[in-house]
Order: sequence, then C-alpha cells, then structure tokens
Amino acid sequence: MGLELKNLYDDFRDGDTIKAYAKIIKEDAKKLKNPINIMEVCGGHTHTIMKYGIPQLLPENIKFIHGPGCPVCIMPKERIDHAYVLSMQKDVILVTLGDMIKVPGSKGSLQDARAKGADVRFVYSPMDCLKIAKENPDKKIIFFAIGFETTTPMTAVLLDTVIKKEIQNIYFHINHVTVPEAMKALVDSGDDDSAKSNIDAFLGPSHVSVISGSKIYEEFPRYYNIPVVVAGFEPVDVMQSISMVVKQFVENRCELEVQYKRLVNYDGNKKAQEMIDKYFQKASVFKWRGIGNIANSGLELREGYKNYDAESVYKDILPLEEIQDHKLCICGDILRGMANPPECTIFGTSCKPTSPIGSCMVSSEGACAAYYKYGNLI
Amino acid sequence: MNTNISLACGNGGEENNELISKVFYKAFKNEILDRGEDAAIIHNGELAFSTDSFTVSPLFFPGANIGKLAICGTCNDLAMMGAKPKYLTCSVIIEEGFETSELEKIVQSMKKELEVNGAIVVSGDTKVVPRGSVDKIFINTTGIGEVLKDGISSNNITEDDLIIVNRDIGCHGATIFVAREGIEMSSSLESDCESLFPQVKALIDAGLKITAMRDATRGGLSAVLNEWSKQSNICIEVQEDKIPISDEVSGICEMLGFEAMTLANEGTFVLAIKKEDADRAIEILKTFTNGARATIIGKVTDSYPKKVILNSSWGTKRFLDTPSGELLPRIC
Repeated sequence: MGLELKNLYDDFRDGDTIKAYAKIIKEDAKKLKNPINIMEVCGGHTHTIMKYGIPQLLPENIKFIHGPGCPVCIMPKERIDHAYVLSMQKDVILVTLGDMIKVPGSKGSLQDARAKGADVRFVYSPMDCLKIAKENPDKKIIFFAIGFETTTPMTAVLLDTVIKKEIQNIYFHINHVTVPEAMKALVDSGDDDSAKSNIDAFLGPSHVSVISGSKIYEEFPRYYNIPVVVAGFEPVDVMQSISMVVKQFVENRCELEVQYKRLVNYDGNKKAQEMIDKYFQKASVFKWRGIGNIANSGLELREGYKNYDAESVYKDILPLEEIQDHKLCICGDILRGMANPPECTIFGTSCKPTSPIGSCMVSSEGACAAYYKYGNLI
Repeated sequence: MNTNISLACGNGGEENNELISKVFYKAFKNEILDRGEDAAIIHNGELAFSTDSFTVSPLFFPGANIGKLAICGTCNDLAMMGAKPKYLTCSVIIEEGFETSELEKIVQSMKKELEVNGAIVVSGDTKVVPRGSVDKIFINTTGIGEVLKDGISSNNITEDDLIIVNRDIGCHGATIFVAREGIEMSSSLESDCESLFPQVKALIDAGLKITAMRDATRGGLSAVLNEWSKQSNICIEVQEDKIPISDEVSGICEMLGFEAMTLANEGTFVLAIKKEDADRAIEILKTFTNGARATIIGKVTDSYPKKVILNSSWGTKRFLDTPSGELLPRIC
C-alpha cells in the first residue's frame, strides 16, 4: 500500500497517544515549583489547542497565553482601508489569500467592497495572479500580500516571475511581518511592571521555522531566559511540545528545542531566505492590530522595485490617517497574557465572529474567535 | 443587517438565518412559516409544500448536474417531512446564448430523477434574459407531497431520541469546490446528490418512531444539528469519531482548510429517532447503495441547551458552532 494523504495526519491525532501525553504531563507537572504560562505564538496553534480541547487535558498549573501569530488578525484597519480603497478602483482586481476577505477596516471589509461591485478574489497560491493578469490585460492586478515568514517566499517568487516575464499589470501591496520582533515586543513591554508579560515559555511557530530555521528563536532562552519549543500543528505535536516545555522546567533547563523535526532544521530553507532577501528589506515599523507599533517587524519592497509597489504607485489615493482600536476591546491585554477573552465586556455581545471588533475575533485563529467558536468547556 | 447583501448571507449559516428572520420572516410572519421546517405542512396536515432555487456552478459536476439537483432538492425537503413527493413546478431563467444541447441534458436528468420519486411536473415557466443577467441557468422547483407519516417535526426532539446520519458527509461541498475554476486538483469524489424518498419510505414502512429528519444541505451537518438544538431546546452531544467522513473528503478539507461538518450535502440526511428503533433504522439504511456508513452519531442531553457538543475520543468537549461567513479557506 502506498502513502496516503491521511498518513500525514492520522497518527498525529490519535486519541490514545494524546491521552498518554496528558498522563506524562500531569505526572511531570507535579514536580513544578511554580505554575507556568506557555504562549503559543502562532494562530495555527491556538486553533489546534481550542479545536482539540487541549486545555481540558492539562493540570491547573499549566496555562496558555494565546499569542499574536495570526497574520489576518493582526492586520490593522489602516492596511485594510488601503485594500478597500484599491479594490474600489475601476480598473483594479484585488487579489489576496483566504479569510483576509472578511476582516473589517474602518470602511468595511473586502467582502463588503465586493458586494458594492469591487472585483476582489482570493487565491490559494500567489502564482494564480499570473493567470488572472493574463486573462485581464486591461486591468491592474494588485496582490495584497499578507503573512509571516511562511508566505513571504511565495510573494517573492511571484515578483521574481513578474520581472522575468516582463508582466506589466501586477502590483504588490506588502503586509508581510516577522515573528521574532513581535515575540520580543511582548516580553519587552518596558519597565512598567503592570505591562510586564506573564510568559514563561514559548511554543514556536514551526512553519515560520521551515523557512527561517529554528535559529531565529535562539535569543529567547539565551537573553530572556524563556525556553522555546518549535512545535508542529497536530494535537499530538502540541501535547508532545508541552511535555518538552514542562520537562525543561522540571530539569531546570532553558533551551531552544525542536519538536517538529519532520520539517524544521536549524538553518531553514536557504533558497527561500535568499529570495526574500533579494526583494525585501525591513520596514522601520509595522502597526499590529491589538499591540501597536513594533519596530522592524514588517517588510517592504527594496528600493529598486518601487514601481511594483502599490503603496508607491497609488500613494495619492491611499488614506494616511491613523485609526484607534475600539476603546472597550482588550485584545492588547489578551495578547500579553494579562486577560482571557471572556473577561472582555464586549466578548460575544457586540464583538462576534460575524461582526468582529477586536483583532482576536477576526479569524478562526484568533484567541477570541477560537473561544467563541469552540467554547472553553471543562 | 449590513447595507448590502454579501455572499455570506446565503451560506446556510448564521448570516443567512439573520437575513431570513429580519427580512422575510418579519414580513411574511404566520404560524406555519414560524415552525421553520424543511417543508410546510398544510391542508389539515395532509400535504407538504416546499420550494428551492438552484444556482450551482459549475452546472455539470461529478455525480450530478443542476437538473438532478433541482429535483432532489425539493423532493428531499418534502421527504424530510415524511411526505411522498407528488407534484412539482419547474421555472427556469436562462441566459441568452446558452446551448440547447446542455439544456436538454439538464432536463433529461430532471425527468429521470422525477421517476425515482414517482413525481410529475405539472406547471412551469421559462424566461430568457440578456447575457450577463444570470450565470447560464437558474432553476426553481416547487413541490407538493402527500404526508405519509404525520407528526415529524424538528421542534419535538427529546432525550428519548438518538441522532443518526444516513451516510458519509461532505461529498457534495467537496466535489463542487474541487470542480470550481482555480482549484487544480483531481479526485474520484462524486457529489452525494440523490433522492431520499426511497430511504424515508423504507423507514416509514417499517413503522419506526421517527421524530425528525432534515437533509444536511448548505451549512452541512453542523447547521442541521444547531438548528435542531435551538428548535427543540435540547443539547445534542456528538461523538466526533463516529461521524462518517470519507478519506477523500477529509483530505480535501485538510488541504483547503475546511471542516467536513460544514460542507454541503445533497443526499445526506440526519435522523432523530426513538432509542428503541435506532438499530433497526441503521439496518434499513445500510441496505441502500450509499448507506454502508449509516451510523448513530450522537444523543440528546440537557447539559448545554440549544448547543451542540462534540466529544473527542480522548475525553475533551467542544462546541460545534453554527457555520458563519462565506466558506473561505484559512490561510495557513
């Protein structure tokens, strides 16, 4: 019998294995001196944790803090407004990935723009833009590029192809962000003790590390005394990773470890890194919805490629004013581990997945949406 | 309500429910409509009455086409109320330039499916509109059925019932997604599109105590269970690993980021039946071509009224929510 698709995930969702890890964690956790808060940085992990009910399997002294690693959730209204305005141009087809379409900006979501006549499309692969551009030679295709290190190489390859094939009608609106800077911002919340994070350990986003290597998290155990386990996304992966974190505390270690060894190595995908480096440079600042400005956390196209940059080509029509997050929304506190979604006064009332106000309610990978969708039943 | 209707308003889930209740129910309010059944029961409980419009793209897809779908859809809604489909109307809106040969193929499929149900089309309407006014062809069918077993209702489910699904779920939704332009994937998967009356008739003929039936169309299994939990004010607890899902469907869900429980079906129904008759119902359903995986998936409790709970094989619980939003893939 050959390899089937289900072989890639079936064993990693096996009930008996999950139960066995729960037992190991419970035993080891008895030896912990203090309770530990583990931040799963990536929205994919939040989704897994809530979908598979993992908190219900853990002892009292192990808690999760749900991190900011959902590229859809952290997109600030200012950037969504850019996409909205661009999509409403008569000769523009705005292309983006998946559930970006439903995120509300101050003018509405891209779904709303489409209902008003804008041509908005979602694709699985940025390379699909090539086909759209070919079929619509009289239109300008703007790829609204989002995502962490995981999706950046695909944007780079699209730009590389556009340049090599001399395609005249594809532009880029770049919203790529990088993970380590956000992690640092969360643990480095300044001298004010009240804003200090409660993070004792990280589950590291592993698809990011497939591209960038596990090395990007080295500084956390080294300089911040926070252990990191780079974790896979299936429930068995997450359970094993939690067990590895607990063991580090019990054995008094503070290290960078990789659980997701089937895909992650120390150096990552060098070819992808070269592609990113060729076309992108660090932007001085990117505003994260719910957290605020984080220095060096965004990417922008290098100087030589500004004629492909929609922000530069359309600079005269793009709104510049800053938009505040909703006053009652506590996403910022949730992302720092200082509050849980149900503690928010608008959670589940005026802020719901169908009408999200805060960033964490926007995508199913956000903490609030995951709580709302799956409940937190114990 | 938003100022403009979005695609999410037709998703069979939360936004769809909001549109229906705030616009249509509000205007048309009456006792029969308020019962919120698959088909209205009229004429002293003797007749079932239902309508449905079909706009599927692509028109032809593995396992069926829009014609077969248009007959199955309406007949299944009647069958779900314990009625035998008898008389249908057929209205078509055709885009200028549509190929006659394709129309004939569609109508032939309709004819064949009417025979399966023992129903006839007794009235119809045809409109041709300028290019661009509709996407190729839209079909509406309305049907009247004769109630064979009365008292079937989504409002009457209690803790004495067990919840059954008649086959593996999600085939139609997954097939349509794969067949759509832009998703370059090949698969042997076929839509489950099928008339359900023969299965319903077999259950009725066996004298089983059926409480409720609903075909899991838009919004899938998840929508049906959530609607029932609210209509009957009950908690439905489902054993997640009991839900039959084919490897093809779970593979497609895996790659595209969907949940099989929210994918549409066109020949899959959920049955609430008194506990003592559940095993017999499974035996009967298994005798049908696609019924090999008919199974009891859950029970009714009072733990979280108006909610659906999924129990995992490793002892955790979570809500299964009403699907919301446009069916969109997650990005990573």
